Amino acid sequence: MILPFIVFCPIVAALAILCGAPARRTALWAAGFTLAATLLTYFEFDAGRRGFDFVVSYPISEAWRLNFTLGIDGLSLIMLLLTAIVTFAAIWFTGPIATHEHAFHACLLLIAGGALGAFASLDLFFFYAFHELALIPTFLLIGIWGSGNRHAAAWKITIYLATGSFILLLGLIMLYRSVPEAARSFDIRALQKAAALGMIPADAQSSIFLVLLIGFGILVSLFPFHTWAPEAYASAPAPAAMLHAGVLKKFGLYGLLRVALPLLPQGAQQWTTLLLVLLLGNIIYIGLVTIAQKRLDWMLGYSSVMHMGYIFLGIASGTLLGTNGAAVLIFAHGISIALLFGLAGEIRQRTGTLLLSDLGGLGKIMPRAGFVFGLAAFASIGLPGFANFAGEVMVLFGAFRNGAEPYRFHIFQVATVLALWGVVISAVYMLRAYRQVFMGTMPERWSGVTDLRRSLHVPIGLLIAVTLWFGFFPQSFVRIVSPTFRTYFAPK
Amino acid sequence: MMTISAPTLEIAVLVLGVLILLVEAFAEKIDKRTLAFTAMLGLGAILVTSFFLAPVSGNGGLWNFYTADPLAIFFKRFALVTTILVLVMMIDYAPVVRQSVHGTTHQSGLGEFFALPIFTCAGLMWMASAIDFVMIFVSLELVTVSFYVLVSFTRRNPATLEAGVKYLILSALSTGFLVYGITWIFGVTGETNLARVTAMLADPAIESGPALFGMVLVLVALGFKIAAVPFQMWVPDVYQGAPTPVTAFLSVGSKAAGFVVLLRVLQPFFMMPQMAKALTIIALLTLLYGNLAALPQTNLKRLLAYSSIAHAGYLLIGVVSFAGEAVSYYLVAYLLMTLLSFAVLVVVANQTGDNIADFSGLAKRSPFLAFAMLVAMASLAGVPFTAGFLGKFYIFDAALRHHQTALVVVGVITVACGFYYYLKVVRAMYWEGSPLDVPVPVSRLSRVAMTAMIAAIVVLGVYPQPILNALK
Repeated sequence: MILPFIVFCPIVAALAILCGAPARRTALWAAGFTLAATLLTYFEFDAGRRGFDFVVSYPISEAWRLNFTLGIDGLSLIMLLLTAIVTFAAIWFTGPIATHEHAFHACLLLIAGGALGAFASLDLFFFYAFHELALIPTFLLIGIWGSGNRHAAAWKITIYLATGSFILLLGLIMLYRSVPEAARSFDIRALQKAAALGMIPADAQSSIFLVLLIGFGILVSLFPFHTWAPEAYASAPAPAAMLHAGVLKKFGLYGLLRVALPLLPQGAQQWTTLLLVLLLGNIIYIGLVTIAQKRLDWMLGYSSVMHMGYIFLGIASGTLLGTNGAAVLIFAHGISIALLFGLAGEIRQRTGTLLLSDLGGLGKIMPRAGFVFGLAAFASIGLPGFANFAGEVMVLFGAFRNGAEPYRFHIFQVATVLALWGVVISAVYMLRAYRQVFMGTMPERWSGVTDLRRSLHVPIGLLIAVTLWFGFFPQSFVRIVSPTFRTYFAPK
Repeated sequence: MMTISAPTLEIAVLVLGVLILLVEAFAEKIDKRTLAFTAMLGLGAILVTSFFLAPVSGNGGLWNFYTADPLAIFFKRFALVTTILVLVMMIDYAPVVRQSVHGTTHQSGLGEFFALPIFTCAGLMWMASAIDFVMIFVSLELVTVSFYVLVSFTRRNPATLEAGVKYLILSALSTGFLVYGITWIFGVTGETNLARVTAMLADPAIESGPALFGMVLVLVALGFKIAAVPFQMWVPDVYQGAPTPVTAFLSVGSKAAGFVVLLRVLQPFFMMPQMAKALTIIALLTLLYGNLAALPQTNLKRLLAYSSIAHAGYLLIGVVSFAGEAVSYYLVAYLLMTLLSFAVLVVVANQTGDNIADFSGLAKRSPFLAFAMLVAMASLAGVPFTAGFLGKFYIFDAALRHHQTALVVVGVITVACGFYYYLKVVRAMYWEGSPLDVPVPVSRLSRVAMTAMIAAIVVLGVYPQPILNALK
């Protein structure tokens, strides 16, 4: 019964806040409880176990064989952990809100609840529906409390994600329909069984995978469907950007790992080349675009689009190592980008601008912010010691190994080599941004700026501790997720 | 124990309507709103009775043109619920009617305003049961004639008059098409009963061309009722000009009836590939036109008019895919979300107006109304955990099962359009500041009705089983 608690705790808290409960305190308690329950699950979880644990199921519609089923394996568990941690941090980061404070916290909690529900659902229908739950709150968060060109950004993200979601819905229905009548079900476990028995024909796999790839791709800002992301993240209030870039966007990647890869292995193979080309667009093209950015928030938005490329590379790699690396990277990127967006929000609150040329020298008066930003930037680049490094190394080695022959480069080797340049690109923009914000001479008008408030040490400490822990001990992470992936690559 | 058979329901509704007219005529002194409350109670009682019907019995006589199958009973209840909710709206709308109707007393005309929907309801209920072209025609006319009066009820308003005239002329034209089509079908088969027409058409000796021509004419008439492109011309002006509760009634009741008849009438003709092709094209055009034309609207009533065209498109996808169950479920969702948005519109329009800009800052003026509208718009757009999403899900599922790829692709693209124009209302309510800061008064009855609709939208969006069971 712990999973329903984890999923519904934020949603119930959101409703309570809408009905008048004290906004910030309720939200923080709800996020705290969720985090505690998730940690409890994490320590209770038996990594050696195969299949899904903590399963609860309630029938919804017999006609469609639809059940509300929650259950987790290692992959879902780490997604829940990521969501719980980032939610807790995002709500803690939330400062005083001038208008509609209740609605703000309710929206944040609804996004978190939607993400948790999607990651814990074993039923495709609810997997999809929970993710969509976050759509309207995101629209409101950006539209009401955003900054800059917030209205346009809110429209763009909403229309883009709604389109992506409905394409995804088509893919899921096609998947449901591709299985013979007797085995038809929305249950992921039943579908996995059907797929293992070869019930999904190869030509169906190919078309379904393409539809799913486009649907999920739009949600994860796969090149060339990425344009909603930087604009939305630049305009969104910091906690919303933390949650969306850190957690919600990962839904698409999770979906590929959970649904598309195991159920449609032949389809995945057919579209590998296309995926490789697109993800190189993410890494190289968007990487260069990121370098050209003049504002910190836009730069972070683009950088988050760019890093999706590595995760896609891991997913495309078709090796256990690469897929494990993708999972590590999903987690690590979620943590580091949340921290970066949180800090950028703090800077915007104090200076009112994130234009890089206006900032400078803030390290002198905001030493703590400078130090933390530096750590987060290093993590984001993928310096050794941070979880991002572990993930990237695994992804790159995994991808390189696919089809490797001595002295010969095939498409995967070429792609890996090109992707490696992305590391250099991210070093360029991250370090440059760090220099322009925190080093150099400080314009006179910032002299009154204060450092981070001390209470923020809790969420910052939590985020950094987690990324360092998994950076130094990636095996504690891989141990949990690899049983899931091992079944994907089991010799047939 | 006394057994009640299905036709009793319509008779009871008619008797109720006549009684209310008589009371209205002979008791001038009473508060006319009592009539509306009485009508609601009466319709509610009939709704409850509909759950204790004797199983269908009998052959011949009445049962040649009347059926009481689950679909018919389902849509009888549908009509009753719609009418009750419309009456709730009409009570809120009463002040507007008083302003724009001449009369000796301050409540002149209200009695008829409350009584006419009951007759429409009787017509809708008969239509749900009609399995004979003559019966279809007669009940359709009962509905349409009462709508003629209702649409132009606030007759001192020029826009309403314009709407009334448009509706009268175009509706009469479509009736002409219907009768003409029926005569062609009758001429070929010598039958008006749908089942026997089907049997006759299966006979290879019968020439199918003229029958098909007749069917196309019938389709034109029904296309008018359900607001399918290219028979949608009247919709925006009539919806905008008619009194708001009547618009709501028109967009839900009239459309649902049109679809029930369409489902029944099309059965014998669906074997012909030309028919399916024509319907597919109509569905495509309806989807595109409704959704694209809704994008630039600034008046909420007009926006809802185009949205009603758009939803006719989704419903037609279901019809083309032979998914009667999906269409029925979608209509229930459509009933809830459309009536909810009209109910909010009536209340807000009393204070400011019916443009989208008049909803600015509603979240501050009345958080409850804003939330109700948010739920209605989210459901119309198709956000999960609302009935509207499940309806679309059901429809797309049926379409994919029948490999209607073109319809599905266009359907998905237009859903994205929908997000834009429905969220425009949400934007006004939540993003924009309010020009005036007076709270909007909501009567207790409306509040209860709106809360019930919100609850139904969410519950049916998660747990559709009650509706699916009712259709079996």
